[in-house]
Amino acid sequence: MAKVTMTVNGKPVSGEVEGRTLLSSFIRESLDLTGTHVGCDTSQCGACVIHIDGKSVKSCSMLALQADGADVTTIEGLADGNTLHPMQEAFRDCHGLQCGFCTPGMVMSAVDLVAHNANPSEEEIRQWLEGNICRCTGYHNIVKAVQQAAKSMKSIPAE
Amino acid sequence: MHDFTYHKPTSLTDAQSLFAQGDDASLVAGGMTLIPTMKQRLAAPSDLIDLSGIADLSGITDAGDHVTIGAMTNHATVAASGDVPPALAALAGKIGDAQVRNRGTLGGSIANNDPTACYPAACLALGATIITTAREISAEDFFTGMFETALDEGEIITAVTFPKPQAANYQKFENPASRYALVGVFVARMADGVRVAVTGAGNDGVFRATDIEAALGNDFSADALDSSSIAVDSLNGDIHASAEYRQHLIGVMAKRAVQALA
Repeated sequence: MAKVTMTVNGKPVSGEVEGRTLLSSFIRESLDLTGTHVGCDTSQCGACVIHIDGKSVKSCSMLALQADGADVTTIEGLADGNTLHPMQEAFRDCHGLQCGFCTPGMVMSAVDLVAHNANPSEEEIRQWLEGNICRCTGYHNIVKAVQQAAKSMKSIPAE
Repeated sequence: MHDFTYHKPTSLTDAQSLFAQGDDASLVAGGMTLIPTMKQRLAAPSDLIDLSGIADLSGITDAGDHVTIGAMTNHATVAASGDVPPALAALAGKIGDAQVRNRGTLGGSIANNDPTACYPAACLALGATIITTAREISAEDFFTGMFETALDEGEIITAVTFPKPQAANYQKFENPASRYALVGVFVARMADGVRVAVTGAGNDGVFRATDIEAALGNDFSADALDSSSIAVDSLNGDIHASAEYRQHLIGVMAKRAVQALA
């Protein structure tokens, strides 16, 4: 076992992990942050997307120890108290989900997109979300949600 | 996944000595291939040596007629760089998906030499030099077969130098699920002639299409192209595509690349 320390959603956390402990497992099982979903567990589906130092990554394809010292944001870290992040709000407004299982990964991935492309076209959104699979195939409203969020996020200073 | 001992050295010397001490150690760069492989128990190293803590392995240096990219530079960084040839940035920007591009690295990709990876085609077509802890290896000598490279045990790639082309274009026909190249063709107009490399199709991994190079050398036009001279038995056939289909796609992708450069 080895000690791992990181900042998750602004709070310092640490724990004892095996070398093989996945970051997704550490987040879900040690930190009880179960908003990060594990869908395929083979780095295809993107349900486990989180941010490491502001960049979206698939947490099922990283070891917890690889994130030692990192600044991690999960879906639980987006909202400000009871105020949803604009991306979450837009997913709700546009009904950008059906069963909701892929939603945390979709939202985290989309937030990363808008962070470096404030005005993505529909095509750019669809390309960016290649790594996020919605098995309900509810993509149209997801794309609409990202477009709406991009518009509303323009009025908010970047994180 | 079988357990292992994780190490994160801060110098190449330490990484090499950890590798030598391990029973069956493995180096990890971005881990976008190795970690999924370990999860399936297709790899079970005793020690995993993470290269991400070593300074100076990341970054892009523009040196006029060539550009040097650190081995640990991720695909997203190359894709966003104005210092690398545009065709190389475009290639990096279409590897995998956004999350893979934030983790996967140039060094990891070429060390793995997956027969469907994109970077090997760029290395071969541009005549890149792979710089390691021991020596400099030309791309031609580096890629020795499917998942095989000229790297010795414990030898670590530190950077890759790419000569800048006069013009270049990469076209890939993607497997729609994996985004790997079913066939990828990199066409480069270099000062000393046209070079064409094909990934995704060869039985032995990436290769140079010398007949296509010769045809384009005489007449740089899509009309000059014909991939039928590439022997079908040198091409890979699998559940995704037959060798004949791949042979056809090589011609189509090469034409698209040439047309994009017209």
